[in-house]
Amino acid sequence: MASKTKTTPLDSVANLSKIEDQFETLQILNEEGEVVNEAAMPDISDEQLQELMKRMVYTRILDQRSISLNRQGRLGFYAPTAGQEASQLATQFALEKEDFILPGYRDVPQIIWHGLPLSQAFLWSRGHFEGMNIPEGVNVLHPQIIIGAQYVQTAGVALGMKKRGAKSVAITYTGDGGTSQGDFYEGINFAGAYKAPAIFVVQNNQFAISTPVEKQTAAKTLAQKAVAAGIPGVQVDGMDPLAVYAATRQARERAINGEGPTLIETLTYRYGPHTMAGDDPTRYRTADLDNEWEKKDPLVRFRKFLEKKGIWSEEQETEVIEKAKEDIKEAIKTADAAPKQKVTDLMSIMYEEEMPQNLKEQYEMYKAKESK
Amino acid sequence: MAQMTMIQAITDALRTELGNDPNVLVFGEDVGVNGGVFRATEGLQKEFGEDRVFDTPLAESGIGGLAVGLALQGFRPVPEIQFFGFVFEVFDSIAGQLARMRYRSGGRYTSPVTIRSPFGGGVHTPDMHADSLEGLMAQTPGVKVVIPSTPYDAKGLLISSIRDNDTVVFLEHMKLYRSFRQEVPEGEYTIPLGKADVKREGTDVTIVTYGAMVHESLKAAEELEKEGYSAEVIDLRTVSPLDMETIIASVEKTGRAIVVQEAQKQAGVAANVVAEINDRAILTLEAPVLRVAAPDTVFPFPQAETVWLPNYKDVIETAKKVLTF
Repeated sequence: MASKTKTTPLDSVANLSKIEDQFETLQILNEEGEVVNEAAMPDISDEQLQELMKRMVYTRILDQRSISLNRQGRLGFYAPTAGQEASQLATQFALEKEDFILPGYRDVPQIIWHGLPLSQAFLWSRGHFEGMNIPEGVNVLHPQIIIGAQYVQTAGVALGMKKRGAKSVAITYTGDGGTSQGDFYEGINFAGAYKAPAIFVVQNNQFAISTPVEKQTAAKTLAQKAVAAGIPGVQVDGMDPLAVYAATRQARERAINGEGPTLIETLTYRYGPHTMAGDDPTRYRTADLDNEWEKKDPLVRFRKFLEKKGIWSEEQETEVIEKAKEDIKEAIKTADAAPKQKVTDLMSIMYEEEMPQNLKEQYEMYKAKESK
Repeated sequence: MAQMTMIQAITDALRTELGNDPNVLVFGEDVGVNGGVFRATEGLQKEFGEDRVFDTPLAESGIGGLAVGLALQGFRPVPEIQFFGFVFEVFDSIAGQLARMRYRSGGRYTSPVTIRSPFGGGVHTPDMHADSLEGLMAQTPGVKVVIPSTPYDAKGLLISSIRDNDTVVFLEHMKLYRSFRQEVPEGEYTIPLGKADVKREGTDVTIVTYGAMVHESLKAAEELEKEGYSAEVIDLRTVSPLDMETIIASVEKTGRAIVVQEAQKQAGVAANVVAEINDRAILTLEAPVLRVAAPDTVFPFPQAETVWLPNYKDVIETAKKVLTF
């Protein structure tokens, strides 16, 4: 904890500026799909680049279909993801299967790509608790609803991995609003104190429902909040899949080498509403701002980049789109076939141990009700 | 067998389970080198190492999150919340997260976490240290709430709590930590959760209670005996879920009951016990079921504490109302 003793006049503002000025935005691909920072280019094969593009295209279609299924009443809770594909999918793409994801409520795509069947994601959206009955071997937790709670839990999962001597990391996500929570600070601070292998992602999509990030904090960047916890913080262009991937990959390397957690702020934007439950973004965002961000679109710039490299074509894209539509159709069918949720099922899973007496009695009551 | 105080019995239980199961982890504020502010973890870090018994940064929600995450990695966390008045800082982890882990994951993930914490009045603590907040916990399905009243019970119940695959909030009354010694067996033994204990048999009135009030109730029972009344004292030991079988068997025998708690009267465990007795045994009652509880204010500063806390005289007074109804 030792710090240097000051020998010059106090200038607290200068101290802050010195810190804030060091937080620059990492960008590798610009909006035209040109590499602008060769030095930061991650080690990634053409096949991996194609795979990442496929996932982004697929997830954009999944978002469009989910919105329309929600409007038809065929899905329940849904938080749109378009615009955030690079931020969500390139972070997940930098992981290994043994890494554990603790998502926020908008982070369903990451856990799908980490192994959660699409049909289960749909069941979860419909409010069926089999939705997040995660298959064995898939290392994810259900999406967190309490903003920030996943941050403190991530410190625990990561500490557990460290105690087990596992070469894996725990990664979690929150938004710009989430960085105002006490749990945000407690999570990064605990993980820092234990040098736990954690990656904390802040997807700064500029608005916490309607509240702009400027009203959320006096901090110039959200990445700099890492400084207080004594851990590295980086800000990346969250519309640039390569910058996001590079930063996450580096954070992962550090983590598994025992060097502790990293905070990654991705500058991104959600094109749609906060959720499909009645949010109207025109109340708090201008069309100009929407347009400005849509020009930064991750799919557009990545497509340009891959096309220039000669490893992406319209046919490939069409193929992915068709596959996505087909998968979604199938997954909805599977979800439709799931048995109806019962109160007695809920009672049965409340405790691992034997049901308490009161619940046993209530179980009999509801069994009779539900068999009518 | 050794004579132990409750705090020694608790340390002994922790030592036993740290020794039995490599997945048991003990952590919290000052639990390491310092052995906890009440010395509940005295010597455990030295014996089991910093990997198993460790200090946390000073943040209760962080401690709760750590427990959730470590449980997800297959550990059996036993975090300490330094004083239960600080539970509000970790309430989301308990009621919002641990209690709901199984339902949210369709039964896939469980949280075998035992949260230990001192609570209770009569020891002149600063504000927010002494409140009886078990009623808040008891209204949280998915969490079990255990409160021992003796050293013997404390050890057996704590071992059972740690071994239980569900989340247990284990509350230790500060006044009982060193108030008396009792024979406590060496090594392991368990006392089942969710089972009440008849601490004194009687035939005229049932006194249902828990925690420090067990001792006030036993004292009251002795006094009542002198006046010719035979009181049965039931120690709930687990306040959620309730052991209604033991309570009803007793009430059916005595026909009269009172419920004694240190917590404020409004809502809470005693109200629940009264309602359950009414639901299940109203026709066997010779008198209404009355309560002895603290008044419906916040827990007072030490100057007003002694009068505020229920004591054996209140128990006698209320028992007599029921006995002479």
